[in-house]
Amino acid sequence: MSLDNNKTTAEQRRPDRAALAIAAVLVAIAAVIFVDVSRLKGMAGYSQVGPATIPDWIGFALIGLAIWTVVAAFRRDFPEREKQELGPVVWIVAGLAAQMLLLRLAGFSIATGVLFGLTAAGFGKRKLWITIPVGIVLCLVIWLIFAGMLQLSLPAGPLERLFW
Amino acid sequence: MSTFEFLLQGLMSAAQPMNLLYALIGVTLGTAVGVLPGIGPALTVALLLPVTYRLDPTGSLIMFAGIYYGGMYGGSTTSILLNTPGESASIVTALEGNKMARNGRGGPALATAAIGSFVAGLIATLLLAFIAPYIVRLALVFGPREYFALMVLAFVTVSSAFGDSTLRGLTSLFIGLSFSIVGIDQLTGQNRLSFGIPDLLDGIEVTTMAVAMFAIGETLFIAAQGDKGPDKVEAVKGSVWMNAQDWARSWKAWLRGTAIGFPIGAMPAGGAEIGTFLSYATEKRLTKHPEEFGNGAIEGVAGPEAANNASAAGTLVPLLTLGLPTTATAAIMLAGFQQYGLQPGPLLFATNPQLVWGLIASLLIANLMLLVLNLPLVGLWVKLLTIPKPWLYAGILLFATLGTIGANPSVFELGMLLTFGLLGYVMRVFGYPIAPVVVGLILGPLAEQQLRRALAISQGDVTVLFTSPIAAVLLVLAALALVVPLILRARGRGEVLSQMAASED
Repeated sequence: MSLDNNKTTAEQRRPDRAALAIAAVLVAIAAVIFVDVSRLKGMAGYSQVGPATIPDWIGFALIGLAIWTVVAAFRRDFPEREKQELGPVVWIVAGLAAQMLLLRLAGFSIATGVLFGLTAAGFGKRKLWITIPVGIVLCLVIWLIFAGMLQLSLPAGPLERLFW
Repeated sequence: MSTFEFLLQGLMSAAQPMNLLYALIGVTLGTAVGVLPGIGPALTVALLLPVTYRLDPTGSLIMFAGIYYGGMYGGSTTSILLNTPGESASIVTALEGNKMARNGRGGPALATAAIGSFVAGLIATLLLAFIAPYIVRLALVFGPREYFALMVLAFVTVSSAFGDSTLRGLTSLFIGLSFSIVGIDQLTGQNRLSFGIPDLLDGIEVTTMAVAMFAIGETLFIAAQGDKGPDKVEAVKGSVWMNAQDWARSWKAWLRGTAIGFPIGAMPAGGAEIGTFLSYATEKRLTKHPEEFGNGAIEGVAGPEAANNASAAGTLVPLLTLGLPTTATAAIMLAGFQQYGLQPGPLLFATNPQLVWGLIASLLIANLMLLVLNLPLVGLWVKLLTIPKPWLYAGILLFATLGTIGANPSVFELGMLLTFGLLGYVMRVFGYPIAPVVVGLILGPLAEQQLRRALAISQGDVTVLFTSPIAAVLLVLAALALVVPLILRARGRGEVLSQMAASED
């Protein structure tokens, strides 16, 4: 029992690593802001207020928040995180990436149909030979409605050119 | 012209057949998308914004009004039948409404929610119409520093006054503000944080950010929870009509909910949740049937639903009169205005009264349409709830990317969508709120302009921000909104910690 207790207190004292990483990201964003606006410093004019003023303020605030996050990390103030399954996330991100790369080449329907199939796979429907064709047909119908009737500029590919 | 004449004129314009059709399409789409589990009004509005791109401003805003109200109606249906509210403002509805549905009283629960929303929407929209001109008159005396103070107040209330952590709320806000300075500076024409990428010169699109954060972030988050079995949809058994007792118990709750919800929405304090929680607490205290609370009390659905709708109409007061969005939904609506080069605020009432009053009138019409449309069609909406998750989320991502591609068919824009989607996912995992990012992104440039104008007038003297009485009061309020919850949370936390320590024995 007492051993167990020691273990939990030791665990409590170790800082929350993910929170430290978040603090580092905040500092990085602040650094990017400082570096980028430093070239605008001469623009302030006589009122001392220019395009660099507000970005600087935001940068300082981010650094302040980073320090606060570090304190919270050491006090383990962050809420418990639920276990995340990364498999489905990878499927969906792959789908979005595939759509991005295919859009110009294959047109809206095929690219978005692939996204549709891979997202469904992320939620457990792995039969891509069914879901991707279903997605492509659905997207084609949507393309005809939105590009045809509502005149949104959705990129056309070989499939769309058959109809328009 | 008096408010009444303006409103009448607005009703005439909104009642033209084409505009009625737009309103009908808006409420139908809004309800259909809002009813889908996991989709709140903010996402509904963001997803459907591109549908309105090619319409003229009046038609588009009318459709928009319908989408906004429809999305909220849909959300309450979901929380009653599914117990997974798509929006935080529906949590309380789910509390009693889902219990009622399980007891076979889903019909009356849906009916009291729908009629309560209608009553609240009607009263609140009329209040909006009659209050707006006074606030516009007040706003005309506001200078840059008063506007800036008002925006600071909105920033604080959106990010840190509510929610469970001041630190995480403020961090979300400043992430949004950092994104907001990307692009060409509106006062000097210098480009900032665009790294030579032409796509970034115009800044980051609010709709891209909102869709990515809400739709893609949420989808990734739900997928990462793994398969937890299907959600149980409660069938609507029996009649959807309320009996005499239901009416007798509901009508006071509707009126009280409206009275609580509207002022909270109308103050630049954001968030419909507080109104619903307050209304729930009030009904619980006043009820003659305390034993039913927790087991499906109809007042517990009627009051909070009315409060929810009343405060949604209330958020339009600061949005239309001051150009100040106080919720994520309002922020996206502001983006909708901006796509037509319209900046809501006192000037819009002067330069384009037909448009503003047409919008307010169409809110009234949309509200009536929803009541007529939703009670008979509830069976159809229930069907939408039973779509299996893989198809549902595949469809959500399809529409999410459709909007972005429709607005700007570029690979870079899709890349931003993916990046911000991942950011939204990580923020959800670590418990960071999403709304402050969106509000920070859209309000950041406006706040910066006002601040720099104020400082330019004073030649860089910061104390000028505090020397106007209105600005000083607003800033003091903002400081209180920041500090008081911090103290409350520190105290509440202490109690929770001591309780946990006690239960470990």
